[in-house]
Parts: sequence; C-alpha cells; structure tokens
Amino acid sequence: MPHASIDKAAARLRAQARWRPLEIAFWLAAVASYFLMPSWHLILAEVAILGLFALSLDLLLGYAGIVSLGHAAFFGFGAYVAGLIAKYGLVTEPVLALVVSGIAAALVGFVTSFLVLRGADLTRLMVTLGVALVLREIANRLAITGGADGLQGITIGPIFGVFPFDIAGHTAYVYSLVVLFVLFLLARRIVHSPFGLSLRSIKGNSLRAAAIGIPVNRRLIAVYTIGAAYAGVAGALLTQTTQFASLSVLDFERSADVLLILIIGGTGYLYGGLVGAILFKLMQDWLANLTPQYWMFWIGLILVLIVVIGRERMTGWWLNFAATARELGRRLIGGRRLASSSTQDPR
Amino acid sequence: MTTVLETVGLEKRFGGITAANDVSLKVEKGARHALIGPNGAGKTTVVNLLTGVLRPTAGRILLEGRDITDLGAHERVRLGVARTFQINQLFGDLTPLESLGLAVSERMGSGRDWWRLVGSKSGVVEEVMELIERFQLIDVMYERTTILPYGKQRLLEVALAIACRPHVLLLDEPAAGVPETERHEILAAVAALPADVTVLLIEHDMDLVFSFADRISVMVNGTLFVEGAPAEVARDPRVKAVYLGEEAVHA
Repeated sequence: MPHASIDKAAARLRAQARWRPLEIAFWLAAVASYFLMPSWHLILAEVAILGLFALSLDLLLGYAGIVSLGHAAFFGFGAYVAGLIAKYGLVTEPVLALVVSGIAAALVGFVTSFLVLRGADLTRLMVTLGVALVLREIANRLAITGGADGLQGITIGPIFGVFPFDIAGHTAYVYSLVVLFVLFLLARRIVHSPFGLSLRSIKGNSLRAAAIGIPVNRRLIAVYTIGAAYAGVAGALLTQTTQFASLSVLDFERSADVLLILIIGGTGYLYGGLVGAILFKLMQDWLANLTPQYWMFWIGLILVLIVVIGRERMTGWWLNFAATARELGRRLIGGRRLASSSTQDPR
Repeated sequence: MTTVLETVGLEKRFGGITAANDVSLKVEKGARHALIGPNGAGKTTVVNLLTGVLRPTAGRILLEGRDITDLGAHERVRLGVARTFQINQLFGDLTPLESLGLAVSERMGSGRDWWRLVGSKSGVVEEVMELIERFQLIDVMYERTTILPYGKQRLLEVALAIACRPHVLLLDEPAAGVPETERHEILAAVAALPADVTVLLIEHDMDLVFSFADRISVMVNGTLFVEGAPAEVARDPRVKAVYLGEEAVHA
C-alpha cells in the first residue's frame, strides 16, 4: 500500500472539518454586526440565543436523527435554574451560573433520555412533548417559580464581575454571541469526531451501527444529554439577558418554533439553526409589519413549501436559492404532468 | 476440535408463529459451516438471535463457553461475532472510507472519542485502506454509499463485517443478487479469510454451499433437521425430500 494514498485518505477524512470561506465570512459578519448595528443589539442577542437553541436541536435531529417536539423542556429548565440561582444569590457570576444551568439541564436530559430511547419517531415525539408539558405544569404550580406571573426580581451581576448588563443590550449581545461561538466550536469539534460520525451512522442505520459494535443507546443518551445542556445554556442566556423568566420558556410554541427554525435553516450542518434563527426573526419582523395578525400564515406557507421541495434539499436550500426555485417549479409542474400521463399509461 | 459457538434449545416465537424451535447448533472453531434450508425455514432468525438483533423466547447462546444470551448486539461484536445482512444494511450518507473508518475506530475503542478528528488516530486509516484495497472499493471510496453499484455495496457489506475482525463471521447470503461477473470478488474475499476465523454461511446457492462448506446443517420449519459433512447431507433422502418435495420420498 503506497503511503501517498493513505495520507490522501486521511486528509479526505479530515477535510470535512476544514474551515470554509463562507463559514469565516459568517462569523466575521456576526462580529461586524456589533459595530454596524448598535441599535439592533437587543434583537441580535435574541437571535443568537435562538440560534444556540436551534443548534442544540440540530445535534439531536440533524446528527443523531432524534425528533423532538418538547425541546423547550431543557431550554425552560435552564432558564428557570439561571433565574433561581441569581434571585437567591447562589451563583452571582453570570458565566458560572450559565455553566451550572447547563449542567442542570443536562441532568434532566440524561434522565429523560431513557424514555426517549424507547420506540421510534412517533413515540419520541409524544414522549418529548409530554416531558415538556409536565415540566411546564410543574413550573406553573410551584411557588418558587412564581407560577403564571413568572420569576420576578432577578438581578444579574456583571460578567466576571467587570461587565455589567445594560439596557441597550450591548453587553447582552457580545455575551450571547461569544457563548454561541464557543459552544458552536465545541459542537463543530464533536460532529467531526469519531463520536460524531457514529451518531450519523446511527441516524442512517441503527441496526448496522450496532452490528459493527457501536453501543447505539449509550451514544444516543450522550448526545441527548449534550443537546439538553446546550438548550439549557440558551435558556439561561435568555433569563440573564432579559432578567426575567416566565412560563413561556416552557411553552409548546417554543418547541415548535425551534423545530421550524431548524427546518428553515436546514438540518445536519450546524449552521442551519443559526441561519434559521436569522431568517425567522427577519421574517417575523417583516411579515409582522406587513400583516400584523397573519404572519404565522406566511411562516406556515413557507414551511409547507420547504417540505414540498423535499427532505434532500432541506439541508442548505438557502445556499442555492435559484436552483431550489427551479426544483420547486419542476416538482409542482412535473407532478401534474406525471398525474396526467399516468392516465394514458397505466403502469 | 473445540466448539466456538453453541446454541442450546434456542426458540423464537412471533405471536403464534414459531420461527425457531429447539435449535441446538454447534459450530466448531475454524469451521466453514453452512446453514441451509428452504425459504422461511428460520435461518435468518437464527442469525438474528445469534447476533442479538432478536432476543430468544427460550434457550441459551454460548460463545467459547460463555453465555452471551443476554448481551446486546454491540457487545457481541466486541466479543468477536460479526455478521453481514441478507439485504444490505449500509450507511447511505457515508462514504465507504467513512463507514469502514467508523467500524475500525469502534473496534479500536476510539468510537467514543469526541475531541479528536476522524482519521487522526494512527493505524485506523492504514487498516481502512487495506480493507478498501482487498474489497476492490478503491474507485468508489469517496462516493456516498447510496449511489454505489449493487455489487460494490455488497462488497462493502462484507468488508464492514471483516473490519470488526471477527472470530466468528455470520454471512447471510453474501452473494445474493450479485451479478455473475462480480460474484467471484465476494467469494474470493470470503475464501481468503484466515483459517482460524469461524464462518457460518447461510446460502441458497447449492454449488457455493458444497464448494465452500465442510459442515452443513439443514433447517426446516424452524427446526434443525439434518447435520453432517457435505457428502452425507447430499445423500440424505430427507434433505432431498425437503428440496424436491414430499412426493419424492413417498414415490
């Protein structure tokens, strides 16, 4: 075996993890947005948090193929933990509090992962949905969470004791963006590792994955726990940047929105959640101005179009919009042609 | 001769159907053992029981004397039992390079590794390339598996099992559906396995069975029926009856 081909194969395996120019441009644009759009910082912080939340779902859905309709459970849990430990002064430094919230959400993820392992997609949808509903109701009933009034009277200390949060959201945006970037780097590392590859293999064919020695359940538990931790950090970021946690962090709508965001942006390449969050917020803003009451109608319509275009194209459809539009036209027209031709040729 | 793989009174029921009934099979170390029988005899069920895809309703499975009945599929692979599937079970979105890289990484115990990049552990890529060369996959190693021609997919199917470095290899109709021109590649790869690797072959092609096997078990209606050396099995009137129909016996 010549060494050249071994080196080439090794290089090919590693090539997927190489930084592409578009990726670098994406993060440079994120940095530039801080300087160029100072009046947008509050909404940009929200986008970054939403993007992190969607990224956490991408780890589950895009890489391990775990569908969830209750991912807000972990987001909400992280949000309340961050609120409670700040309110009662248990952890006053935000970054440390963020870590604690992430670990707390990871624990909930770990425990509930055993339920999610049972059964196939429909079972998983129902179990995840159920877990989120249960948590929401607990938050609603407990006195300590403030019930329907939400958790009030939270004050968040300055980051590292140095950078206080401000009303215009400048600190909040930098803080959210840095946390997003750090966790993104970690996720990027994970998905390009042997562990990440084994997740993709489980998603592709769990029967064969087990038949080559992969402990399928253990890997799924691990990624579910990681995904829960990420979601928990996103929730904690929301609490810290808004100094408030309400029941809405555990709403079904939040679980549905994050799925929507991920589908809009595309699954399985890590940027889908981030791009989806940007598009979702832009659409929300733009469509809400256009037709204040009916913006969900447009979101729904766009979602249907994405699904009509097909699963294959769900990954990165926005990268090649023209081709996607053509494909959509072809599907719609082609579908009709197929229907009419089938009457002549009954095969 | 020592027994490597043994089943004791293995039984599997699906509702009212008994797919495997009191199957007691002994596979000797280094054997080329074939399991034959008509369609629906329960051969694949036995492979699924042996590999942990299915749990038996009753009975035990012993690997080198150790009871593995309650072990999960992946644990049995680690103990050296690997299989191929009658219908390809591959990773469509991965390339042969990635698929084999994964199998080799898992075997070397670095599958949990979440920090290092794929292919950076020394020895993995070397071994993968050796497999790719052996199974004639070099032209397609960077292609997504789903677009490979059927014959290449079949080779990858076998290569993935070999990548686990099994002591016992269960081949479920490895040449099924492979065009005549590509058959010899798979058969050559199987024939080239080290002598100490025990092979249990399920196959319908009798030419292949009789040229390959040194021991044959015949299964009918979920039950082991006849077992013996190829020549004995070929002579056995009951086996002929099963394959030619009951009339042949009564006539």
